[in-house]
Amino acid sequence: MPISEFKPKIVAFCCNWCSYAGADLAGTNRLNYPADVKIIRVPCSCRVNPIFILRAFQRGADGVILCGCHPGDCHYTTGNYYTRRRMTLLFSMLDYLGIEKERTRVEWVSAAEGAKFAAVMQDFVKTVTELGENKRLEDRRCKKP
Amino acid sequence: MQEAMKKRAKELLASGEVTRVIGWKKNEFDYDITPAVFESAEEIDRDFRYDDFCGPNLSKFTFKNQKNDTKTLVFLKPCDTYSMTQLITEHRVNRDALYLIGIPCFGKIDIEKIRADGTDGILSIASEGADVTVKTLYGDKTYVKADVMAERCLACKSKYHTIYDELMGEEGEVMETGRFNEVEKLEAMTPDERFGFWRGELSRCIRCNACRNACPACTCESCVFDNPDTGISQKAAADSFEENMFHIIRAFHVAGRCTDCGECSRVCPQHIPLHLLNRKFIRDIDKLYGEYQAGEEVGQRSPLVNFTTDDAEPDIVRKGGK
Amino acid sequence: MQKIGVFVCHCGTNIAGTVDVKAVAEALSHEPGVVFAADYPYMCSESGQNLIKDAIREHGLTGVVICSCSPRMHETTFRKAAASAGLNSYMVEIANIREQCSWIHKDMKTATEKAVILGRAAIAKVALNTPLTASETPVTKRALVIGGGIAGIQTALDIADAGFEVDIVEKEPTIGGKMAQIDKTFPTLDCAACILTPKMVDCAQNEKIHIYAYSEVESVKGFVGNFTVGIKKKARYVDETKCTGCGLCTEKCPMKKTPNLFNLGLDTRSAIYIPFAQAVPKVATIDADYCNMLKNGRCGVCSKVCTAGAIDYHQQDEHIEEKYGAIVVATGFNPIKLDNFDEYAYAQSPDVVTSLELERLMNAAGPNGGTLLRPSDKTHPHTIVFVQCVGSRDTSGCGKPYCSKICCMYTAKHAMLIRDKYPDTEVYVFYIDVRTPGKNFDEFYRRAVEEYGVHYIKGMVGKVMPQKNGKLLVRASDLLAGEQLKIEADMVVLAAAIEPDKTARSLATMLTASMDTNDFFTEAHPKLRPVESPTAGIFLSGVCQGPKDIPETVAQASAAAAKVIGLLVKDKLKSNPCIAHANETLCNGCSSCERVCPYGAITYVDKEFRMPDRTTKIRRVASVNAAVCQGCGACTVACPSGAMDLSGFSNQQIMAEVDAICR
Repeated sequence: MPISEFKPKIVAFCCNWCSYAGADLAGTNRLNYPADVKIIRVPCSCRVNPIFILRAFQRGADGVILCGCHPGDCHYTTGNYYTRRRMTLLFSMLDYLGIEKERTRVEWVSAAEGAKFAAVMQDFVKTVTELGENKRLEDRRCKKP
Repeated sequence: MQEAMKKRAKELLASGEVTRVIGWKKNEFDYDITPAVFESAEEIDRDFRYDDFCGPNLSKFTFKNQKNDTKTLVFLKPCDTYSMTQLITEHRVNRDALYLIGIPCFGKIDIEKIRADGTDGILSIASEGADVTVKTLYGDKTYVKADVMAERCLACKSKYHTIYDELMGEEGEVMETGRFNEVEKLEAMTPDERFGFWRGELSRCIRCNACRNACPACTCESCVFDNPDTGISQKAAADSFEENMFHIIRAFHVAGRCTDCGECSRVCPQHIPLHLLNRKFIRDIDKLYGEYQAGEEVGQRSPLVNFTTDDAEPDIVRKGGK
Repeated sequence: MQKIGVFVCHCGTNIAGTVDVKAVAEALSHEPGVVFAADYPYMCSESGQNLIKDAIREHGLTGVVICSCSPRMHETTFRKAAASAGLNSYMVEIANIREQCSWIHKDMKTATEKAVILGRAAIAKVALNTPLTASETPVTKRALVIGGGIAGIQTALDIADAGFEVDIVEKEPTIGGKMAQIDKTFPTLDCAACILTPKMVDCAQNEKIHIYAYSEVESVKGFVGNFTVGIKKKARYVDETKCTGCGLCTEKCPMKKTPNLFNLGLDTRSAIYIPFAQAVPKVATIDADYCNMLKNGRCGVCSKVCTAGAIDYHQQDEHIEEKYGAIVVATGFNPIKLDNFDEYAYAQSPDVVTSLELERLMNAAGPNGGTLLRPSDKTHPHTIVFVQCVGSRDTSGCGKPYCSKICCMYTAKHAMLIRDKYPDTEVYVFYIDVRTPGKNFDEFYRRAVEEYGVHYIKGMVGKVMPQKNGKLLVRASDLLAGEQLKIEADMVVLAAAIEPDKTARSLATMLTASMDTNDFFTEAHPKLRPVESPTAGIFLSGVCQGPKDIPETVAQASAAAAKVIGLLVKDKLKSNPCIAHANETLCNGCSSCERVCPYGAITYVDKEFRMPDRTTKIRRVASVNAAVCQGCGACTVACPSGAMDLSGFSNQQIMAEVDAICR
């Protein structure tokens, strides 16, 4: 598939208190980012289980991004600190297995950072689009003909 | 050592201090050793074994065969004590119902290495100091022990016992034997090479669950892969994705809890180097969050349920800083 | 099978301008479980809400998906609407097709496609929703304040003022805390006792306040609104109810060589004592370490002279259990021990003192009756050197990494007071930085320099060496002038860093309240919830949360009181039902979840389980306190067996959303 035609599927997990509100602010300010990004609201970034991320890839996602409050600003005080450790280790393991490390990302986006949210999504979609389809962590049974 | 252990076990049984003994016994062949529960002096006299083939980690066996209403004697090699300590930390075994005796270990022999030399028709094997003598149908063979020692023992992390009520033999020390060399070799490869390597390994997985059954950290009442409610339950890996999924999640679930005992790789019938997944997490944890050895002491806080406010950002992976 | 209704909002042209709302409703009507789909210009309007309510009743909907603006905007509105039509309000999900779709995309086709996918994800989620009900717990209308310093006193007074019962537990024989030991207060220089003691008396006289002095918290059970606290009243060998505080016993007691702890050991007192004249409660206490009667049964003078018959040598510690709705921690601080700072000769020379000791030396009720004299030879000091940041902002590991915040100001105060009273005394202050944020603080410091001629020198003191002539040789560097200084001083005053009281750590464990690495209690949010602990029902007052001066402490104390009052006025606490719950049959009891829970909401119970072979087995399993859990979900990922799940954001719901998006 030529790169220009390839539309990646991007799942974005956003914590309810900062990043989801940041995404809302991007909307309120009419800041465009690609429609390939679909947001799933979670209470805190620490709610995101590595299983969810692998599941997204299994079901055909080409990139998964996790957004939470900046460290120190977590609504639940410490949630994103656990996210940080878990995801660092998970991403490192994926890289160790030879799976492209650009397909996963964690970004801290506050409720005031609508512009950052849009910029992060633009950049992430661009990166994943350049990588092309997820092949290394796909489940062929879930592929549409 | 074997005779001393038998004597002590019988003493403790006789005194009523313990009513059961967990140790090893021989199966059909000399090198085919299995964990076992002994309840009488006769059983001990007949079956009890301790030699260079007693590789199985008795901690997991103890977990599976624990009884609360009576006291059980368990013999623990240094690496088994780490697993035992971790199980106690996680409240998975009842310390009060156990009498732990630390025993020395001089490295276990990997029968596959002897077979790989073309040795067949093995009748018996004796390991004495640095010499391993194999009697076969076709005559005797002698090996230098270091040449036929299990990989995990060549990279032994510790001869020290983290927990015991009584110690037989002399206490050893934590060692530096380059157990991360293989991880580093993989890290130095290109992503494509790594992908190729792991596909080659993991695609052999037959999902027999031997790794899970032997692993002293895998003690869940019900594994997420067996529970249909989790949405990720699998019986056999129907797709390469599921092979990856199982091993990534299994490694992740034991991350920070795995003591690096090497049982997963020892029992894998497909000889997949599963310990390299766990060691990767251990390596990353050591580098990013400070040296941490699971099972070092009771009550430790695993790095996965801990943090500091200035931990590295997940970006470190993407930016290749690690 | 759920019966799901889908409602697509136009939001005027906000959504309908870029999203083909009719096409979205049509596409979503074919999703599994959907029995009704409609679009409407303004779903949040009354008629829009009526459309939803009517559809719920007419079609017997079990779930509702609204494709509209952000749930942060109108989730509550639509939940209420659903509830009024008899549908559990947690059976409503919002697909955000405005902020996250129509407002950011310009192309109708793209936006419509995305809106359908977002709608699908919401349908997939709502299909797995279960009705949730907020649980309610009653509130015990009584507060506990731990610590009776100015922070605890202010908090207690404010809570009592609002009409609630409040108990103060103070480990010393009197309330008053550190402020009672201070001579004057910056930046106004009024005497500490003059402004503190009336508040102490108010506490004693207030009917709503009960003071447990010379007492400690032993145990804390329960949760917000329902704490049960064990309090140990230490034996003071004097019946509090009989003692009139006349002080005759303290005069007659022959054991006069007892170190006076109120004066920081700078002088002595009797073994039976009242810490200071304005103590509250004004009751004598026997120091069991020094009393001859208690040590070897030979004396009994106090008992003979006491006309009230209050002395009781056989008094035992008393253990009390009391119920509270809220707990305020006001455990305060202490100056650090100076063992790690040999260079200042604190241990070698009595003329090297800490700032708090200087307060006592200058205080009219202190060892010298208010005249500043050298402790060694009781002569008037002519040169005094102040050393700032002794153990503060110290990254070497000997001291504390943080700024103790109060030292710059109290040193300016000390310097000014000394120069005012003894103009012939030269005062040098060695500092790293002078930090004076606060109302009238910088003006105060400038007065010390400009009007009172205090020598402020930016630089560090390297060493203090006691000389044979009784003087102290201070070697220091002047960083601005770039030269080494030698000053022969009569006294050296060390601004020792302050640290949380040592009792705070064990208390934090009892309260399951979190602490930082310096043992300061952490607040629920560093900016927006500064007086609450992350553990519900635990509030923070004063220096236990971080270094503070008196005005700040009082402000925080009142803020904590306001939060407590806000809690105690409620008859019942309604909790968020989107909380974690453990599946006991899957739970390993491994404590991983407990360790990541920021609220201490998880406890363990031993439960009996029936095994397949008809035997029973007792296992340790996690139990989540619904009143305490806030629903972050950290535990759900820490749990290896998948026993922990989160209502409203369950594993299955989130994975259904993932699947729907990736489909």
